[in-house]
Amino acid sequence: MKKLSWTNSSIWDRIFVVCNTIFLVAFVVITVYPVLNTVALSFNDGIDAVRGGIHLIPRIFTLQNYRTVFNQKNIITGAYITVARTVIGTILALVTNSLLAYVVSRKRFLFRSQLSLFWVVTMYVNGGMIPTLILYKSLHLTNSFWVYVIPGMIGAFNMLVMRTYMEGLPDGLEESAQIDGAGDFTIFARIISPLCKPVYATVALFVAVGQWNSWFDAMLYNRMSSEYTTLQYELMKLLSSVMQTGGSANPGGTSAATAVTPVTVRAAATVATMLPIICLYPFLQRYFVTGMTIGSVKE
Amino acid sequence: MKARRITWKEIKRQKFLMLCTLCFVIYGILFYYVPLGGWIMAFQNYKPKDGLIGSQFVGLEKFKFLFSDATFLRVIRNTLAMGVLNLVCTFVMAIVFAILLNEVRSNLGKKAVQTISYLPHFLSWIIVTGILQDALSSTGIVNELLVNWGLVKGPISFFSIPKLFWPIVAFANVWKETGWNAIVYLAAITSIDPSLYEAATIDGAGRWAKIKNVTIPGIKPTIMILLIMNIGNVLNAGFEVQYLLGNGLVKPVADTIDIYTLTWGISQNDYSLGTAAGIFKSVVAIILIVAANQFAKKTGEQRLF
Repeated sequence: MKKLSWTNSSIWDRIFVVCNTIFLVAFVVITVYPVLNTVALSFNDGIDAVRGGIHLIPRIFTLQNYRTVFNQKNIITGAYITVARTVIGTILALVTNSLLAYVVSRKRFLFRSQLSLFWVVTMYVNGGMIPTLILYKSLHLTNSFWVYVIPGMIGAFNMLVMRTYMEGLPDGLEESAQIDGAGDFTIFARIISPLCKPVYATVALFVAVGQWNSWFDAMLYNRMSSEYTTLQYELMKLLSSVMQTGGSANPGGTSAATAVTPVTVRAAATVATMLPIICLYPFLQRYFVTGMTIGSVKE
Repeated sequence: MKARRITWKEIKRQKFLMLCTLCFVIYGILFYYVPLGGWIMAFQNYKPKDGLIGSQFVGLEKFKFLFSDATFLRVIRNTLAMGVLNLVCTFVMAIVFAILLNEVRSNLGKKAVQTISYLPHFLSWIIVTGILQDALSSTGIVNELLVNWGLVKGPISFFSIPKLFWPIVAFANVWKETGWNAIVYLAAITSIDPSLYEAATIDGAGRWAKIKNVTIPGIKPTIMILLIMNIGNVLNAGFEVQYLLGNGLVKPVADTIDIYTLTWGISQNDYSLGTAAGIFKSVVAIILIVAANQFAKKTGEQRLF
C-alpha cells in the first residue's frame, strides 16, 4: 500500500514529504531538547557543569542539587502554598464560573443578556495594576493567602466556554425537569452539571495551570509575607539571584553546597517545579483541545 | 420574537437565578468595576494618606509629564514593536505548523508531534526564560553549535546585545505558544468538507494547490477572528518575558509600558503616574480592537461584535 502511493506520487510530492518531515523533526528537537538538557543539568555535579558540554546525559551524576533545593525552607513553604492555591483556587473557580454560566445560559432568564454583557466587558476593560493594588490593600487582601484565589475567581473567558457548552445541551432536559417540579438549583446540580463534566474538566485544567504557574501576584501583593510565598516566585528569586551574583552565589546556605554551582541548582528547582505539569498534561489533552476550540471559534 | 410580559410569578420562579445574579454583580463590581474608579488617581496628585477623596486634583498634568518623558515614548515604541513582532511571528508559525502537521499521513506521528508541541505552553514564563538563558549562555547549546560550525569565533553574549533582544523575545513566544495556538487551526482544518479535497484531487491539484485553494480558504474565518481577538492584546503581551529577560544592558529596548507602570507606580510610589500609564494602555487596546473589528466588517470578514 505504502509503496504504491510512493511510486504514484510526483517528485514534488516526495520533496514535500521529506521537507515536511525535516521541519517537524526540527520542531520537536527544538521543543524538547532544552527541557531534557535542564533535566540532565539538574543531576550533574555543579563544578563540572561550568565546563559546559552537557547535553542529554549527566557527566558526573549527583543528587546534591535536589538536596540543596529541598533544604530551603522557602521552597518547601512555596510548595505547600502553591498546592493549596491550585486546589482551592480551582474548586472556587469551578463552582462560581459554572453557576454563572448556568444563569446566563438560561434562555428564559429575564436579565440574561445584561448579565452576559456585564461580564464580557471585563474581558476588555480593567482598572490596571495600581488601582487594583490599592483596592486589594483596602480590602486587606494583600499579605494574605486569599489574594491568590478570590480576585481572579470568575473569569469571563472560562464562563463563556462553559456557557457555550451548556447552550449546546438540549432544552428538553430542563423543561421536563421543570414539569417534574425541580427548581433551578436542582436542575443545575442534578441535570446540567453531570452532563458538563468535560467542559468542567477543561476549565479546571486552565485554572489549575494558571494557579500553578503564576508568580507576579506573590511578588506584588505578598512580597512582605514569606509565609505566603509560592513555588514559582521562589524559583524566580533563585534564578535572578544567580544572575546578579554571576555564579558565585551559594543559595543553599549550607556547607555541603560548596560543591554545587547555581546553574545546576536552578536546573533542579526548575525540574521540580515543572515536573507535576509535565506528568499530567499528556493525559488531559482531549479536555484542553475541546476548551480551546469552544473558546476561540465563535459561531 | 414577541417580548414576554414580566410578571411577579415569573420573577418569583426565577428567584434563584436572580439571587445568583445579585451575588455575581456585586462580585463583578467590586473586583472589575471599582478599580476603574481608581482612574481618577491619574488626574490627581494621589497621596495614600489623603485617599481618593482628599487628594489634590492636577488635571492632565500627569499625562503631560508622560508624553514629554523620553523614556515613556521609548517604552511605547518597545511595547508596540515587540507586540506586533510577537503577534506576527506566533500567528504565522501556528498556521504553518498546523497546515504542515495536517499533511502528515501517519496518525501516530501526528499525535506524538502534537502532544510534544503543547508542552511549552504549560511551563511558566519563569521556567521558559530560565531555560532560554541556559540555552543561550556562553556554555549553552546555541553557542556550542555556532562555535563548532565555525559561524562565530567566540561565544556570543546574547542578552547583552540590544539588537538581539526583540528577536529573542519573539522566539520565546513562538517556542512557548506555537503548538497551543495551532490547536484551533487543526480543529478548523478537520471541519473542512472532505469532498472539497476529493474534487481538487480529481481536478489534478497537487499538495500545494490543495493547501492554497482548499485548506487556507477553509481556515480563513478562524484566522480573522483570532487576529481581531489578539490585536486588542498586543499591548498586554509586554510584561513577563521582558521583565524576566531584561537587564541593565538592554533596558532601552526591553522596557515596556507595564514595566514603566511597575517602576513608577510601585517602586517610586507615584501611583498617579502609574495609573496614567495604565489608562493609556487600556485606551489604545480598545481603539485597536474596535479598529480591527471595523476593518473586518468593511472587508466582509467574520467579526467579533
